[in-house]
Order: sequence, then structure tokens, then C-alpha cells
Amino acid sequence: MLSFDFMRHALVAGTFIAVICGMMGVFVIARGMSFLTHTLAEIGFAGAAFGLFMGWPALNGMLLFTVLSSAMVGELGVRSARRENVISAVSALFLGLGILFISLSDNSAASATSILFGSVIGISLGEVWQVVILSIIVILVTLLMYRQLKFDSFDSVGARVNGINGTVISIAFLIMLALSVSVAAQIVGSLLIFILLTLPAASARYFVHSVSSMIALSIGFAVAGTWLGITLGYFTNWPTSFFIATIEVIFYLSGLIWNKKR
Amino acid sequence: MTASYGPTNIIKDLNFNLAEGEFLAIIGENGVGKTTLVRSLLGMLTPKAGTIKFTDHSIAKNIGYVPQSRNLDEEYPITVKDFVSLNLRDSKLPWVTANEKAKVWSIIEQTNLTKIADRPLGQASGGEKQRAYLAQALLNSPKLLILDESTASLDVEMKQELLKLVAKVQQENKMSAIFITHDLPLARNYADNYLLMTKQQEYTMGPIASLNVSESEKV
Repeated sequence: MLSFDFMRHALVAGTFIAVICGMMGVFVIARGMSFLTHTLAEIGFAGAAFGLFMGWPALNGMLLFTVLSSAMVGELGVRSARRENVISAVSALFLGLGILFISLSDNSAASATSILFGSVIGISLGEVWQVVILSIIVILVTLLMYRQLKFDSFDSVGARVNGINGTVISIAFLIMLALSVSVAAQIVGSLLIFILLTLPAASARYFVHSVSSMIALSIGFAVAGTWLGITLGYFTNWPTSFFIATIEVIFYLSGLIWNKKR
Repeated sequence: MTASYGPTNIIKDLNFNLAEGEFLAIIGENGVGKTTLVRSLLGMLTPKAGTIKFTDHSIAKNIGYVPQSRNLDEEYPITVKDFVSLNLRDSKLPWVTANEKAKVWSIIEQTNLTKIADRPLGQASGGEKQRAYLAQALLNSPKLLILDESTASLDVEMKQELLKLVAKVQQENKMSAIFITHDLPLARNYADNYLLMTKQQEYTMGPIASLNVSESEKV
């Protein structure tokens, strides 16, 4: 299986994506931003469709839309986007835009499927490099602001009275999240972004109780799901996203059961 | 000092001193400006007039603050030890150094949290949670500790226990403390002095023993 270029590309890109999603997911859950992540994914869908319409790679369109929207929205968005109505409205608008751009571009059906559901098997060497570089940026920035991000995510009240600037942290985090969403959409698609960005972290918090071990286990769950998913996809010819989703849900359910039994 | 939000003065011409090692109870009903005073002390609000002076500038940068509540539910995942460690700021490294571990453990011992240090904070009792908040606030050895109605949600026994602990740590660390409360019996037991704030923006100060009943009724 590893003799094929496309499989090696898929595994390398998949691994980096799983690592950043596992890491960012812990903060996404702690900050109560699961739904905002979903909205960002839909904004990413519109961006990818816009990219196709313009004749760019889908990832570039996604990056443009998600990073711009998260930078503009900033702290205001963190507060207001938690309201369900705002989320519905923003999601609806961007899904609508996505559909418009797709119908305006050529070969619409195939590209829509790959944006919505991911297509890690078709990833080229150039795209692998893009994923790797973006992932390294996300990891480095997160490590640089790790202590402050951790304090603000797990105890925003304490962070504020101890002089941590919550707005700066929120905006920086949103931009890193936008990068992660765009990159992760390559493998699981924008519809299934939840799989890698929230499920592994949500499962990890049932098993371990320190931030560093949650990050380690969450990365472990994400990487294991991705590798298994890609391998099973190769042998069965079924979609990779289906397998990754199923595996991550199994991790989550075992977490729930483990938690109840204790 | 005078402090305000917009045109209305919340605190007008308040003047008080806090000595090193003093335990001051600030009492007064809701809306008299207690929180505004705390926000000014913490540097989150600039006074409209007057100044807040610290004998040493480093005091202002390191004030321990225990807020009233934090809304941490029972699902709150991280351990008591990890929660206390959140306030570590000696280095910027992503991992906790050996020195920092020792520092966290010493505060955990001082605040009687050793038995539950590795349990998720969400599963701790109300009193244990308040002790964890206290431990986090004490982590960087502040010279001033502010307790903002931190006992409001606790039962009588737990209130006494927490205040006894605060008084002990305060004496051990030669730290000043400000305790904002509605609970006069508790204040009488532990504070040295009081500052009574009223809606008429009248401020009285004195030794806690001299706080008379008619004044207390205003609270």
C-alpha cells in the first residue's frame, strides 16, 4: 500500500492534520466553540467554492475566507456567534454562497463532493507541502502562546484578573482555528469537520484530566482514526471520511462508557 | 479616589490606607461600589480622580484575587493541581518546570488540597473549589489578597474553614488581605479593620470591634 505515491501523500498529510486537530480540539472544547468551528467549516466551504470559481486550489479559497472572517469577527464574534440564531444565519448565508460559486464554476458535482466530504486520496505532493507548512505554523504559534491560551481557555475569569489580554488570545486562537479548519477539510471535508476537531478532544477528557495529557490523548485518537481510516479506505474502496467518523465515534462512546463505569 | 462608569460617580472621594499584614473587611450593600473598588485596585479600571499608591510597584502587578464564582460545572475536566498551575508565569515554556512543580505543590499543601490534587476540579465540593481558587491566587506569593464575596455560596462551617485558612496563610506570608462581604459575624471573627461603604457615598473605617449595630444594619 505504501508503494503508491497517493497513499504516502495521504498518510503524511493525514498525520499532520490529525495532530493539529487533536491539539486545537482540546481548546475548542474548553472554550465552548464547537458550533463556531462548524460555522467556520461552512465559511470554508464557501471559500473553497469561490476558489474553484476563480480557478484557484480549493485550499487557498478556504484559507482566504476563514482567516479573513475570523480576524474580522474577533472577540465580537466569539461572543455573538455562540447565539444559535447568529450561527444559523451565518451558516445559511455561507452555504448559500458556496452553492452559488459551485454552480457558477465548471465541473460542479465532483468538486462539491470533494469539498464537502474530503478527498485525501487525491492529494498532490504540492498540497502535502502546503498542509505540512500550515500545520507547523499552527503548532508553533500554539506552543508560543500555550500558557496564556491554556489559562484563558480553562479559566477565563482567572486569566482576566491576572492580566491576560483575552481579546488578543481569542483573535489569535480564531485565526489558528481557521487555518486548522481549512487544512482539516482537505481530509474529512467541510461537512465532517467535527470528526477531527472536536470528537478526539471530547473523548480524551473522559480518560485523562490534565491539559497536557488531554492534548496527547486527543492527538493519539485523531492520528489513530486517520491512519486506520485511510488504510480501511484503501482496502475497501469506501470513503475514508466514513471510516474516520466511525472510529472517532467509537472512541467517544468508549469514553462515555468508561466515565459512567468509574 | 473617585471612580466612575460614564458620567455617574460610583465611588466619590474615598480615602483609605491598607497596612502591610492588615486584614480589612469591606462591607456594604449591593451597588455601593465594592466591585468598582476592586476593579480599580486590580488596575482594570482607571480612577476618574485621585490615585491608588502601592509602597512597591511590584505589589500592583501581583495581586491575588479570588472572585465570587467561576461557573465551573461538574463536567469541568482538569485536576485541582492543573487548575492551580494555570497561574504559573515564571517562564513561557509550554511544559511545567521542576521548580514550578515544587511551587504548585507547596501551595497545594498550604491550602490543604493534597488529597484531592489529582481529582477533577468539577467533582470537588464548594469549599474545595474555593480553596483551589485561593491556591491559584496565592501561587505567585502576592503581597495583597482580595477575596470578593468568596464565601457567599458556602455554608457556615465551610465559610469559617476558608477564612481560618486565609488568616493562617496571611500571617505566614505577611500578606495584606481585603475581604469583601455581607457577612458581619464572619468579618468580626477574622478582620482587623473594616471599611463600610454606603449608597450615600459615605465611607467609615475603624477597627472591626468598633463596628456598631446601627451601622451594621445598613449592610
